[in-house]
Amino acid sequence: MTVIQVENLYKQYRLGQVGSGTLRDDFSRWWNGILGKEDPLQKIGEINDRTSVATSDYVLSLRDINFNVQEGEVLGIIGKNGAGKSTLLKVLSKVTAPSSGEIKIKGRVASLLEVGTGFHPELTGRENIYLNGAILGMKRHEITLKLDEIIDFAGIQRYVDTPVKRYSSGMYVRLAFAVAAHLEPEILIIDEVLAVGDAEFQQKAIGKMQDVSKQQGRTVLFVSHNMDAISRLCTSCLYLKNGGLELKGRTDEVIQKYLSAETSIVSKINYDESNAPGSQIVRLLEAKVLNNHQESKLNYTIDEKVGVKLTFEVLQETNDLIAGFNLYNQMDVHILSSHDTINQGKTFSPGIYDATVWLPENFLTEGMHYCGVAVMSYKPFFVHFHDVAKIGFNISDRQNGETVRGNYTGVFPGVIRPKLIWDKM
Amino acid sequence: MKETWTEVIQPKKSVFQLNLSEIWNYRDLIWIFVRRDIVSVYKQTVLGPLWFFLGPIFTVFTFVFVFNQIANISTDNIPAPLFYLAGTTLWNYFQACITGTSSTFISNANIFGKVYFPRLVSPISMVISNLLKFGIQLLMFLCFWFYYLAQGTIHPNAYIALLPLLVLLMGGMALGVGIIISSLTTKYRDLSYFIGFGITLIMYATPVIYPVSAIPEMYKPFVIYNPIAPIIETFRYGFTGSGYFSWNGLIYSSVFTVVVLLIGTVLFNKIERTFMDTV
Repeated sequence: MTVIQVENLYKQYRLGQVGSGTLRDDFSRWWNGILGKEDPLQKIGEINDRTSVATSDYVLSLRDINFNVQEGEVLGIIGKNGAGKSTLLKVLSKVTAPSSGEIKIKGRVASLLEVGTGFHPELTGRENIYLNGAILGMKRHEITLKLDEIIDFAGIQRYVDTPVKRYSSGMYVRLAFAVAAHLEPEILIIDEVLAVGDAEFQQKAIGKMQDVSKQQGRTVLFVSHNMDAISRLCTSCLYLKNGGLELKGRTDEVIQKYLSAETSIVSKINYDESNAPGSQIVRLLEAKVLNNHQESKLNYTIDEKVGVKLTFEVLQETNDLIAGFNLYNQMDVHILSSHDTINQGKTFSPGIYDATVWLPENFLTEGMHYCGVAVMSYKPFFVHFHDVAKIGFNISDRQNGETVRGNYTGVFPGVIRPKLIWDKM
Repeated sequence: MKETWTEVIQPKKSVFQLNLSEIWNYRDLIWIFVRRDIVSVYKQTVLGPLWFFLGPIFTVFTFVFVFNQIANISTDNIPAPLFYLAGTTLWNYFQACITGTSSTFISNANIFGKVYFPRLVSPISMVISNLLKFGIQLLMFLCFWFYYLAQGTIHPNAYIALLPLLVLLMGGMALGVGIIISSLTTKYRDLSYFIGFGITLIMYATPVIYPVSAIPEMYKPFVIYNPIAPIIETFRYGFTGSGYFSWNGLIYSSVFTVVVLLIGTVLFNKIERTFMDTV
């Protein structure tokens, strides 16, 4: 069943100093309205790219957005800063009206664009639970029913009658999220609220979100920059770029597209004679990341093998060539290095060769990884080329209980994540 | 198959689609806002709600001193403290409501930008929570009133029974004017400067510190056509027996209140959909 239907949605904003010149524009709108013409200032906005200088006073934060959301779907919304994610959530939660287009909704909506909206510092925790709950659309008796559960979830029993201005920022956030988590809407809209709080709390929060969608069949819309959270939680994904809807589809598909479009890292790079890295003996023609079906792609699940293949051309015959491979993570930690010792001493006559190295499944952790590919000689040691941080791939974990994380939903630390052996007790 | 949607979000609602039932659904929120406004005022103060007394009492004694003792303005044979209290009790309620509601959008921009609820909930709860302050001041007025009643210097009459209507009119008018101003200030910030001194100007154009009978004939129209004047004068007439009362004046005020409320609600309803983009 479709619970949200968005049709031809546009949202236009004024740039620059709002308030100057509005009277003139207002007058021109009003006059054209009387003449029965279209609003002359509508839809003349440009594509919203924050890096280019605007030539018009109006900008389209959302342009021609169309999509449907099914009941029980957990929809992730991704995109760079300024792509329109927050604007879309604001329009969906009725904080601001669209400029044109239509949204149809079935069921009660609760939106969490911020935790603790309306908290009053002078009031106690208990008073703020009622205040915040009512602002989010709960009835007083509903809050009373859930009061103990909320206090328990937030873990603030001792401070419930203390004004919230005396709370630590962590307690404040826990209380705020606890109220929100106990709303019972059919549709829940969440903006990166999980960015706050400690690891234990984040786990609680993510777990709660999963309960909401899986066990209670509710629909969740979730904006985040955290690809790990998105790939684990969301069944489908929406990719916004400069205010337009770039792609909606399966999460891994959309994340793949997003990563390849928004980072400079690609899954495959080709060189021709003019720009190929190398020496008089050997030069690089192609480097790519691939799966065990020889398909080159950017996004891999944690239980998938990742292969890195380099194609190079040997220009002079030699028996001293070794392919090498380096792996870095997104924090620029050099995770490992590997040399192709199997083919050591092989005689290479001029021609084209492939070297492929495989990273095993259940070995790396979530996130972006960058590769360095090289060809060297040992006698004497010489690096013919080392091509770093051009190709790479993303690893996303699964939440099926079979990977290393098991049924744990929170942040899983570590640079690698191999499946270790635990003795039975 | 025809789908049934519980909600359709569109760029513009029709002018008359006011959705008052939605506000009724949010009545719990109104009460919680009222509670918040009242409770948070006197937290961490020693005197607590007593502060609601002290302000007006000092104001009244200043009025007695300046306007009665120094300027010798007539008080229509009513004892001066009672005369000024009668004027300021309702006026202060009006003033508090107007200043509160006229900044609805600007002072709530933070909440309004994050979550949806019918925006009218805010000004409505403001008008209700100010009733408490009004009640306390009315109590103070009644203390003085009983004192002078026992002395036999004043002669109340049946028009006292109009008090609930007067409060309703005052609150309604303040709400109407307040939401009109708050809607306009989202775009034209200049108005918020005007309201600061404008409210004082209006007080001097209202028989708060002088009786209608003391106005020179040529200026009388300014006061007569001021829709607040009949409310204040009726209050004074009912409680003290002297002053000026006419049904026409009261009907005029009522019509004005209804019209202002209508215009205000329509305007507010239009602005609340997009004010986040301009505020």
